[in-house]
This record gives sequence, structure tokens and C-alpha cells, in this order.
Amino acid sequence: MLLRLEDIQTYYGKSHILHGVSLEVQAGEVVGLLGRNGVGKSTTMKTVAGVVRPAAGRVLFEGKDVAGLPPYKLAHMGIAWVPEDRRVFRLLTVLENLRTGLERPGVTDQRKHALLEKVYAYFPVLAERRSQAAGTLSGGEQQMLAIARAMMLEPKIILLDEPTEGLMPRMVSQIKDIVHRLGADGVAILLVEQNVPLTLDATTRCYIMEKGTVQHHASSAELRANHAVIRQYLGV
Amino acid sequence: MAIPLDQILIQTVSGLVNGMVLALVASGLTLIFGIMDVVNFAHGDLVMLGAFVGATTVATTGNFWLGLLIAAVTIAVFGALLQVTTLRPLIGRDPLTTILATFGISLVLQKYAIWQWGPSARQIVEPVSGQFPLFYLEYPWYRILTALLSGAIIGALYLFLKYGKYGIWIRATTQDRVMAAAMGIPVPLVHTAVFAIGAAMAAASGVLFGPLGGVTQNMGFDFTLRAFIVVVVGGMGNLGGSILAAIFISLLEAYASLVVSPAQAVIVSFVALILTLLVRPTGLFVPTPK
Amino acid sequence: MSQRPDLAYWAGVVIAVGLLFVAPLVLPPFWARFATEILIWGLLAMSSDILIGYTGMVSFGHSAFFGLGMYGAAAALLTTKPPNLWVTLLYGLAAAAGVAAFVAFFATRLREIYFSITTLVFSQIFYVIIFTWTEVTGGENGLTFRQPALSLLGLGSLPFTATTLHWFVLAVVTISFLVLRRITQSPFGKVLQSIKENEPRTRAIGYSVERYKIVAVMLSGLFAGLAGVLYALQNKFAAPDFVFFTVSGEVVIFNVMGGMGTLVGPIAGAAFFLLLREGFSRYFTEYYLIPVGIIFTAMVIFMPQGLLGFLKRRLNS
Repeated sequence: MLLRLEDIQTYYGKSHILHGVSLEVQAGEVVGLLGRNGVGKSTTMKTVAGVVRPAAGRVLFEGKDVAGLPPYKLAHMGIAWVPEDRRVFRLLTVLENLRTGLERPGVTDQRKHALLEKVYAYFPVLAERRSQAAGTLSGGEQQMLAIARAMMLEPKIILLDEPTEGLMPRMVSQIKDIVHRLGADGVAILLVEQNVPLTLDATTRCYIMEKGTVQHHASSAELRANHAVIRQYLGV
Repeated sequence: MAIPLDQILIQTVSGLVNGMVLALVASGLTLIFGIMDVVNFAHGDLVMLGAFVGATTVATTGNFWLGLLIAAVTIAVFGALLQVTTLRPLIGRDPLTTILATFGISLVLQKYAIWQWGPSARQIVEPVSGQFPLFYLEYPWYRILTALLSGAIIGALYLFLKYGKYGIWIRATTQDRVMAAAMGIPVPLVHTAVFAIGAAMAAASGVLFGPLGGVTQNMGFDFTLRAFIVVVVGGMGNLGGSILAAIFISLLEAYASLVVSPAQAVIVSFVALILTLLVRPTGLFVPTPK
Repeated sequence: MSQRPDLAYWAGVVIAVGLLFVAPLVLPPFWARFATEILIWGLLAMSSDILIGYTGMVSFGHSAFFGLGMYGAAAALLTTKPPNLWVTLLYGLAAAAGVAAFVAFFATRLREIYFSITTLVFSQIFYVIIFTWTEVTGGENGLTFRQPALSLLGLGSLPFTATTLHWFVLAVVTISFLVLRRITQSPFGKVLQSIKENEPRTRAIGYSVERYKIVAVMLSGLFAGLAGVLYALQNKFAAPDFVFFTVSGEVVIFNVMGGMGTLVGPIAGAAFFLLLREGFSRYFTEYYLIPVGIIFTAMVIFMPQGLLGFLKRRLNS
């Protein structure tokens, strides 16, 4: 069991956002997290990433309770976060953005080169634009940079929050391919998405959230076959 | 009233020299503000402490450069300790608490200096003596050296930030501290390191300024005030802007002291601050966002 | 709001005023004077609390209001013949009001840190002008003058003694406290607090935040100027030192130590600081600011609600 959340309660100031979220992700699995806007999907991701501290509950990563640890420790342990608004470092170049994840203790120069080459193979456009300021990239390119940057951490799990939001259909299918490739590479992914067909296609199982908790859990195959559940929780 | 051209030119040179020292002080202040939203009220007192440590070292060893180095290192370490004990607990609180806390620290440091070194002023002997004729004056070489050294230190800072892994860490943390942490950058450590760097730069300017203006226990407040003005006029967090603003303000004061007494010339920088806040509050030397 | 805390509060106020009334009669002259000074600094601290504790604007320039009140009083006492207490008050308040109007103009345009730095810069501008304009202000040496007599319309006049001056100051400060308390408890005061807590929301609800801030600054400046007049009356001199930043800094210390947003707190803070200074300077001589500064910084970090807030919490639990 790579990641397990047990009954997570999280507040934003006085608002009680997560009312007891429990889910789990195995090593190498691609798992979806669906739900309407505002149910707490992003907050769940932020809690795992350490950006938000849960008031109660456990976050078990490889068996250890990591709730409350600062984000940079979690990054070193293998949790990579690709936030909803991408948050590339706009004034840094593409390469410098990548280097924020690359410059870690214990990584040899050789491995750094190899990682960069791998990421440039995944995303050739980033290789082209490596000296450009990240703020000048298009939306789709910034999304690719955000994912590439996460890959620099050589993570065990990537928390991918709404990667196709605001992207053109051509980019959307590119993102879908990337999720497939990452999964094939053995990286676990927890995917939050509004695009239901993409999610059902890319994942093996999905959790559905409503009102701050997980209300339903099924394999993606089941959900593909039976539309009623999706319609019930998401209205699509 | 006509002012002779050579007087104006001399004031220009003086303004540039003072401006470079002020730029060194202000760079540290703006760096600290940019990365952790801390308005360091005690920054001028770090300049003062650096000057005293430098003065003591130079007096005992006779070596100016050693004094500069020891002052920078000592105050850097001190700054790091200060940040960890008093400023780290304040992260996430109302930003005005940091200005209050650093104000309290400023009080303690000022009085500590008197306690440690006594009430009389100190001297720092300049490392390079000798003058060259500048119009009708014999202009000390040391003043030119000061400007060059200040520029060199700022230049070194710029290169450090632009290239190298730690420069990337600092710039990333300044832009988005949460995302930087999520990328594995140890943000609390970066904050402490930046504060230490700012403190070191302040200390260095104190030692460089020593032969020019003497080392006194109350020089801190003056530097803090001027540095604040420069940082606001240059744009808070904007390194290049602070440097330009420091030179600009110092030139203004230098020219003003041709007409009024130096004590009154300082009003010119106050007015510059007020005008900036009225007309272009993000900073006079900040490019207009597109 | 239950009746009991109110009763306890006012009982406390009455007791404090009573003690202060009796003070000059029982204390040796040095301490009697000290009590008067505590009242004056307390008034200054209260005036600053309007901004820092209620509206959320930290002023580092209160020395300007205080100092100009002092110099305004000096102007009256040196130029009007015969010197009249009420004219003196008027001149002092007018001077302070002038500065306050100036600062108020900027208060509405600048947020937080920029406002604080600007107030600091303003008080320094006044300092430099007063320090260098020797013909008018006496420059470095300041101005000395005579105390006016306490004159009441139609009833004649009586020269002040140390005791009667103390009672006069006590009366003025008590009345000021009552007025300020009334204002802070009123709907106006509630809006100020709402601005401190969440300015954008207050604006969104429909309040003209600018207008409220202007009034707050004017109020704060006037009462600070009043304190300056009282100081001039007590000490019979005006000096540029009082316009220098140190006074502004001390006012902020009183506010933080005593408890911001309580009105009474800053007075307690002033008393606490002045007593600490007296006490520490016996042992540490002029280095008293080192332990006091450390205490202040520690309070900012660990006891931001000040002494009064701390006591309040203790009493409530």
C-alpha cells in the first residue's frame, strides 16, 4: 500500500472542508478522484502534499504517518504535486523550473542528465523552449512543464490536479497519453479531473467525492458500463 | 544663483559613492522583504554592528580586509540566529508583527552597541590612502574603491542568484514559497540563509562606510530610514530597482546639499518617497506590468 | 454583554482615578511628578491605540502630533499676552490638527507597511524642520516659557501648583478617556474595528473606508496633540527631541505591552514601561533598554495581546 488516507478532516480557517476522507492508492496504480466543484478534491490533494495540514486523521505513505510534515520533506519521500493552476515559476526559465526538482541531495550529475533527457523525450516542446521564461509559455506548455517538473522528483506518486482544465482538445489527448505513459512507467497517479471520459479511460478505479467525503468507490470499468452512478454524483 | 559646474560634478561623484553604499544596504533589505515579507526595522543596526565589529578587528589586526570579512561573517551568523529565534515563529502572522518585532530588536541592538563598545565613536583606517586631483579638490582614492567594492558585492549577489542551484532555490522561493516547498526546496532554511546574506551585506556596507563617515552608535537609524526610502522608491523586492533608487536618492541629496545644509538636504529623500507613494506606489524604477 | 464585567470595569476605573487623585498628596514630589507623566504618556498611548488597536494602522509618527501640540502650546505661551490656558490648548490642538490632516490624506491612499513608513518619514521631516529652523523654533535648544494660570471664565485665575496641575491633567485625561471610550463603543468604533479585521469586506458592505480612516487619524492626532500641550504645561519647555522618532517608538511599545484595542491597556503599558525604565535604570543605568527591548520583542512574539489581554484571559478562565 503506497498511500492511504484515513478519515481526514481539514479546515480552511473556520470552514470545515473535508469531513472524513479515506482512500488508498497502490504502487503503480492510476486512481481517479471525481466529484463536482467544491467538494474538496483539491483540498484532499493539498493535504497529501503537505500544503494544508489536516486537523485529524492519518496520511500513511509507505506505512508511515506523514500528516503534518512540511511539503519539502514529502517531496523528498516521493510525493509530487502538480497543482490545479500549474504554478510554474513564471520568472524562471523552463530549465530552471525543472532544476528546482532536479537539484536534490544524492543525485549524481549523470542521473540528472538522464532525467532531463527522459523528460525532453516525453515533452519535446520543453526542450525547444528550455531557455524561455516559463511565464511566456502557452497554457498547454505550462501544464507539460508542471508535469515534467514533478517527474524531476522521481516520485513514487504524482498528485495530478485538473491537468486538462482550460486546454484545447488536442492538448487534452496529449495529456491523456502522458498519464498512460507515466502509469506504464510504474509511477502511481492520483488524478483529479472534471473530464470524466478521460478519467475513466486513464484510471483503473475511481473514488467519487461529495460534501467533503468519499461517497462511492468502483472500478473504472464498472463506471464506464453503468452511467447511472456518474450521473447521480456529477450530473453528466 | 549659479553654482559652479565643478561643484556639481564633485557632488555627482559623492552622490554616486554614497549611492553605491546605500545600494548595498538596500539590496539586503529588499532581498529579505521579497522572499519572506519581512520589513527589517533592525537592518540599519546590522550595518552599525558590522561597522563596530569591523572597527575592532581592524584596530587589533591592522588589516582592513580581514575586518571586512570577519564583520560580514559574524553578522551573517548573528542574523541567522536572530531570524531563527525571533522571526521564524512569526511566519503566517500579521506582517505588522514582524515590523514590531524587528523594531524591538533594533532597540536592543542599539543599546547593546553602547554597552559593548562604549559611547564614543570609532575609526576605521582606510586601506588605501592617497588622493587624486578632482577639479579643485584632492579626492581620496578610497571613496572610488568603496563604490567599486560595493558594486562588486552586488554584482556577486546578482551572479549568485542568476546561476547556480542556490540561486534557483532563492528565486523560486521568492516567487512562490508554497510551490518551492512542494518541489523539495527546504524553504525555512532558504529564508534563514537569505536573512544571513542580507545581514552580511549590511555589515559589509558598515565597514566600507566606516572610513567615510565614522562608526557611531546611532548610525543605524539613519541607514534604516534611508534604506526604507530606497526600497520603496525602487520597488519592494526589486533588486535592480533598489540599486537605481539608491543612486537616485543619493544624487538628489548630494545636489540638495549645494543649496541647503546637509541636515536639511535629507528632506529631499523624504519628499521623493512621498511623491513615489502618491504617483507610482509600486516603485519608480519598476517596469510597468504588461 | 452581562452587567457584571461592566461593573467590575467601571469600579476599576473609579479606583484608578481615585488613586491618581490622591497621588500628589501622599507621594514624594519625584513620584508625584512621575504620576503626572504617566497620565500624559498614557493619553498619548491612548490616542495611538485608536489607530493601531482599532483601525489596524500602525503609526510610527505619533511624535509629530505630540511634538507639534507641544510647539503650538509654546507658540501661544510666547506670543499671546497675557498667556492664557485655553488659548494655549487651542493653538496646540490646531497645530496637531494641521499635521493630522496632512497624515490623514496619505492614510487613505496607503496600506499597512507603506502607511507606517510614511508616518515615520513625516515625523522625521518635522524633526528636521524644527531642528534647523532655529529662528522660529529655537532649533536644538528648543523653547522655554512660563506656565499659564488656570483661569476659569469670570471666576478669576489661579496659578498652578504641582498638585493642581496634576489634577488638571488627571481631569483632562479622564475626560479624554471617557470620550474615546464612548467613540470606540459607538457604531463608528465598530466600523473601525471591522476595518481592522477585514478591510475589503468592510468596503464591500458599503462603508466609505476612506472617510472612516480620515476621522480616525484626526481623532488620534488631536488627542496626541493634547498630550503634547499637557507636557508643555507641565515642563515649561518644548524641544525637538520630542518630535524625534524615539517618542513614536515608545508609544508603539506602550500600545503593544499594554494591549492594543483596549484604550486602558496602552495607559497601563505606558505606566509599565516607565516603571520598568525607572527600575531597570537603577541597575542597568542607561542600558535599561536592553532588557526592556528584549521583553518587548518577546511580548510581540508570545504575548501579542499585551498585558491587559493576557490578564483578561486569565480572569475569564
